[in-house]
Order: sequence, then structure tokens, then C-alpha cells
Amino acid sequence: MEKVLLSGNEAIARGAYEAGVLVASAYPGTPSTEILENVIRYKEIDASWAPNEKVALEVGIGASFGGARALVTMKHVGVNVAADPLFTLSYTGVRGGLVLVVADDPELHSSQNEQDSRNYAKFSKVPMFEPADSQEALEYTRLAFEAGERFDTPMFLRSTTRISHAKSIVRLGERPADIPQPSLVRDAAKLVMLPANARKRHYVVEERLRQMEEWSCSQSFNRIEKGAGKVGVITAGVAYQYVKEVMPDADVLKIGLVYPLPKQLIRDFAASYETLYVVEELDPYMEEQIRAMGIKVIGKDKLPICGELTPGRIQKALFGKESPLEDNSPELPSRPPNMCPGCPHRGVFMELNRAKAYVTGDIGCYTLGFLPPLSAMDTCVCMGASIGNATGISKVVSEEEQRKVVAVIGDSTFLHTGINGLMDMVYNKSASTVIILDNRITAMTGRQENPTSGYMLNEQETYRVDMEQLCRSVGVEHVKVIDPYNIALTRKTIREEMARPETSVIITTRPCVLVPRDNMDKRMPLYVDHDKCTGCKACLRLGCPAISWDEEKKKSNIDKIICVGCKVCQQTCGFSAFIEYGE
Amino acid sequence: MNDVKNILLAGVGGQGILLASEVLSEVMMMAGMDVKKNEIHGMSQRGGSVTSHVRYGDKVYSSIIPEGEVDILFSFELLETMRYLPLLREGGRVIVNSLKIAPPSVALGKQEYPADLTEEIARRVPGTTIVNGLDLALEAGNPKTVNTVLLGALSNVLDVDKELWLKALNKMVPAKLLDVNLKAFELGCNA
Repeated sequence: MEKVLLSGNEAIARGAYEAGVLVASAYPGTPSTEILENVIRYKEIDASWAPNEKVALEVGIGASFGGARALVTMKHVGVNVAADPLFTLSYTGVRGGLVLVVADDPELHSSQNEQDSRNYAKFSKVPMFEPADSQEALEYTRLAFEAGERFDTPMFLRSTTRISHAKSIVRLGERPADIPQPSLVRDAAKLVMLPANARKRHYVVEERLRQMEEWSCSQSFNRIEKGAGKVGVITAGVAYQYVKEVMPDADVLKIGLVYPLPKQLIRDFAASYETLYVVEELDPYMEEQIRAMGIKVIGKDKLPICGELTPGRIQKALFGKESPLEDNSPELPSRPPNMCPGCPHRGVFMELNRAKAYVTGDIGCYTLGFLPPLSAMDTCVCMGASIGNATGISKVVSEEEQRKVVAVIGDSTFLHTGINGLMDMVYNKSASTVIILDNRITAMTGRQENPTSGYMLNEQETYRVDMEQLCRSVGVEHVKVIDPYNIALTRKTIREEMARPETSVIITTRPCVLVPRDNMDKRMPLYVDHDKCTGCKACLRLGCPAISWDEEKKKSNIDKIICVGCKVCQQTCGFSAFIEYGE
Repeated sequence: MNDVKNILLAGVGGQGILLASEVLSEVMMMAGMDVKKNEIHGMSQRGGSVTSHVRYGDKVYSSIIPEGEVDILFSFELLETMRYLPLLREGGRVIVNSLKIAPPSVALGKQEYPADLTEEIARRVPGTTIVNGLDLALEAGNPKTVNTVLLGALSNVLDVDKELWLKALNKMVPAKLLDVNLKAFELGCNA
């Protein structure tokens, strides 16, 4: 068998391929994004980006009802969006297997909260596997399809950042040759969830969970690893690896199916130890259920609930050993992320800052507009929230303050769940302003296509949403489309629309600088003419990574290697010091 | 797990750190070892501080290096070297690119880039290897081969057959950039 180094996300994609998956759908979200980007490499699978996670799951459900195996992937907060179909899918069960991969982000490396998706498994009564490395990510993906079809249930596969983005050695398998041909089959009692049908299905769900719990007690994915026999540890997922590192002599019960828990297996294991630990990341999810069985354990009374676990953090929590970096605080300048040189969002945020706007923000690269020196974001809650937030806050503040409220949202986020907010805003006659930062791509997650891109995941050309027509069609009369590289126009438009006592939308259109196919016009970088530069620092308000301050000369400089020639800085300079190479 | 070796790569988004850790991991796998590597994608890649953990040995569990157990801090930038120095184990070593990249607060004139970092690092970790990656990359013919130059310098202190490094580069570097990268690797070996 071929051995390769794969990330957890690559391994899940491979697992889906080896499971004979025919359809995959997702909305991008760190740390889940690369799963679909790898699935698309297998030509046998129809993989596509959906506008949001709810649609992605509904597409998966449809494929399953048709008899195909379907993979749906999202980040943890995506499940909040997909929760509506999820909870009823639990009742219908599946025809072809359906696996929903959810990638949690303990430590919030790139997220707005660190919710623990295992609670969703219990809440929606959908069983959940949790791998601890890439090999298990592949195997559990295959297993989830098999178990899901056997017990007629959708399945969760839970990953975390440290599983999805870590690479380890994987042995590859093969895709089955005989994949059943999907077809239309009517089965109303199972698939039409009216009260009379759904009431009966609920009993099926409860019985299914009972059977799965019993079954999982004897399956090898829930395994006991014998150590010195003195201390017992119950653990799952990436925490298992840290336990092996920190407590090499402990006896370990590693749980592979975290919902439903193998209660009898746990009871039998626990009976052998006076000291029993439950080591899990985030919530005391297993611990609470084990304690409810009357078993005494050490868990979140010592281990942290917040943040991810590391070997050092477990050492410290359980055995009081300090780890070096935690108490070390060197006074070094930090290096936060920043918008790229030439990012079309930069000038918009500079102007929002200058206009003293109260900006209800959203999820995307432009959330970085919060950071200094742009410092132009006042709220950020979840995908699509900016518009509803602007409507709500405008209802309660004075008329003068209302005029300061501006919602800022990207194209992908707007189509994800922002459009509903805009319908509400214009329907209920709010006077707020919405800026749609249209760069034709889902940029923050690594540039995925969306319905404004004109391309699909498989790089084929397709239809493009006309943003202006879309906004007009829901009733917005005042829609302005501008080029955000034109700073004077950006400033004028923002100020005019903020003053307007009606709903208005400004669409700033410029493709993301990192998408080569949309940036065919090669621009020359700029330099600063030090004879003209007066050292006024006006250009530094942009926070462009290409511009730096020379403390000795008291002048600005441009790094020509990273400057892309957007010329926004040129427009902030009152002394014509910014000059294009070749001019 | 005393036989597991830990290399922490550190630098700034865009320096080619992820590719370097990819090549390093591939080499160790080809050398017959268990390998894990871990890094954070997403927000931190937008010009932020980037690290990649590579661990190899008979059997590797955690993909993150336990705090304080870094054997080699393999760093692409001076300030980032300083930042992660506390993770180094006693007797660990440092291989560092002598490059300064100003973080935003420094570029904006609000903070100063710490002075004399090269000397400070060498004082704290005797035997530190300092490589002028950019000069050697330019000598190789492409400033973007700094990461390959540094891999060459790293290969000197690892007990792995050079053939494996060349094999990994052949496999992972795009064909049209292969020659310049092989040259860069060689210059790194001799640095």
C-alpha cells in the first residue's frame, strides 16, 4: 500500500473518494476549506461550493435521498447555519450515506467563537466519529459512510484545527468498483416530515441510538491501550496524542465514536482505577455524561475549558509543571495579520475612519479593517450579521447618530446570509447604508469561487450574480457602484450615502489582488520621491505593508517587491511624492 | 519519547515556510521515520507570524512540539527567532536567516525593531548558525529561493543522506524552478 504524508483535510477527502462518494458540497471556512479543494481532484466526485452551509447540507441530503453517498463539510459555526435541515435529517435518516464533516477551531485561530460541535451530535441525535490523526481521518470517513448506511442515519465526522491542518503518514486504499446507480425512489413515510410521519420517526431515532451504543462497545475504534495499570484516562481526538505524550504509562480508553458514548465499555474500564482522568478539548462533553453514570473522574475541575490543549497545558493543569512560553513575556513587537498590499478594501476603511462612521462589520478579510491604523470596525458577530445589526442599532439611536451607521460586508458573506438582512432593511424602511465590498471571491479562506466569481470549484465558467440588480430587485433605490481604488470618489460616495435618510447600498468593485485571472492589467510599483516627501505620515494611515517609515530620514519608503501599484497611497499624498516606476 | 526530534520553523507569512516544512517532512518520511507536522493556516497567513512544527522519530504522537522541547529552531527572520527562543530545549540549536522584516508597528514608526538581534541570539544560544539567505538566493539566481538555501544549511546538521534531500526537491519543486533551487540548496549546504 502506498504511504503518503497527508493533512487531516486531505485524508478526509481521500476517505470520501475511497468510500465511493459521488457528491460533495460545502461553504468554505477555516479549518475545513481544504477538504473540498482536495475532493475536486477526484474526477469521480461532483464537488461544488454552495452559497452557505445550509444549502450545502440540503444538496447533500438530496444526493443521499437519490441513493448516492454524499460528503458535506463546514467549520464549526457553519453548523449553526445548517442546523435547520440537520435536526430533521436525523429523523429521515439516509438512503446513500451522508457524512457531515465539522471542523472545530479550539483556540480561535481563525474564528469568532470556539463552540464544541460534539454538543451538536447529542442535540441533533446524529452519531459522531472523531479521528486523532490523518490515518484515522481517512478510516473514520470510510467507516462513517458504512455505519451511517447500516444504521440508517446521517453521521458527523468531527475534526479540529490540529487534525485538519496537521500532516501525518497515511496508507491509501482503493475506491470500490461497483458503486450503486442512484435513482428516484418514493418513500413518503420516511422522507416527508409532516407531524404524523415525523412523530413515528422519532421512535426510530431513539432505537437507533440505543443500538449504536451497544454496537460501538465492541468496535475497534473504541480501544483500550494498556499501560502500567495504575491510572486510567478516557480521551478522544487530538487530546489522545497529548495524553500519550504527557502520560506514557497510563492506561488509555480512546474513544473513536464520541456520540453515542460506549457506556458499558466506559463502565468496565472505569471499574479498574482509583484515579481516572477524562482529557478532552473544550467542553466537559464526555465528562458530564460519565459523571452522570456515577463515575468519579478528574477532568475540567483541573483542565481548561477555554482554548486548545497542548502537552504543556495538560502537564501544567494536571501536574503543576510550568511551561516555558506561558510565563515568558518578552517586549517584542507583535506581528498581526494585515490586508495585502493593493487590497481594494484598504481605502474604503481609511475613508470610513475619516468619516467617523460607526461600522457594523462582518466576517472576511475586511474584518482586519478593525486593526490600527484603519481602526474602522465597531461590531462583528457572525456571517451576514452586519446588515441586521445596522438596522437594529438605527432603530434605537438619535437621528444624528443613525447617519453614522454603516454596514460593511463582502460579496461572499452578502450572498451567504446578508441578502436576507438587506431585504429586512429596505422592507422595514431603515435609513442605514450598506457597503458591499465586492472582490468576486471568498478571500479570507484562501480564495474560493462563489456566485459572484463567474467560475465554479472545478474552474469551469458559469453565471455571475449581478450585485447591483440584486440589490435593486429587493427594493433598494439608491445603489452606487464605485471603484475603491478611486479614493476621492469613495470618500464622496460614502459621505453622500451616509447622509441620505433612506436605505442605500454602495458596491465597491475590484477583484482580490491575489486572484491572477481577474488581474490581467499589470501595474508598475511606486516609489517615494524623497525630495517631495515632507514626512507628514498621511500615507501611513493606510497601514499598507509595502509602505514603511524611515526613522532616520523622516521619510516614507515603498518596498517595490511587494507593491502592486494600486496607487491608493498616491492619492493620500498632498505633495505628489508617490511616483510610478517608468514615469 | 526521547528519540523524537523536534524542529520548529518560524518566520513571516509569504516567506515559503510551509513549503520548506513540507520538504523537510518528506525527507524524514523517505528516511523511514514516523513524521508529523503542524501549522496554522487562515488568518495568520496575511503577513502574520507563522510557525510550522515538524517532529520525527520511531513513533510520534503529538503533532505540536511539547513546550520547551524544540531541538532546532529553524528561523527565517530575526525577530521571529527571538519570539520563539523560549521554546528551545537546553542544548538546542538555532539556524537563522539574517533578515529583518518590520512588523506593522515598526513600519508605522510606532515601535522600534529590536537592536542587535543577531548578537543577542548568538549570545543566548552558543553555536547559532547565521545564514545570509537573501545573498545566497540572489547568487543562485532567484530571491525567492531563500527557503531552499536555508534548507541546505539545515541539512548540514541533520543525519540524513543528501540524496534524499535532492529527491524531495525534485519531487516537490515545479520543474521550471528546479535548477535554481538545486543551486540554492547547494549554496546553503556550503554556507
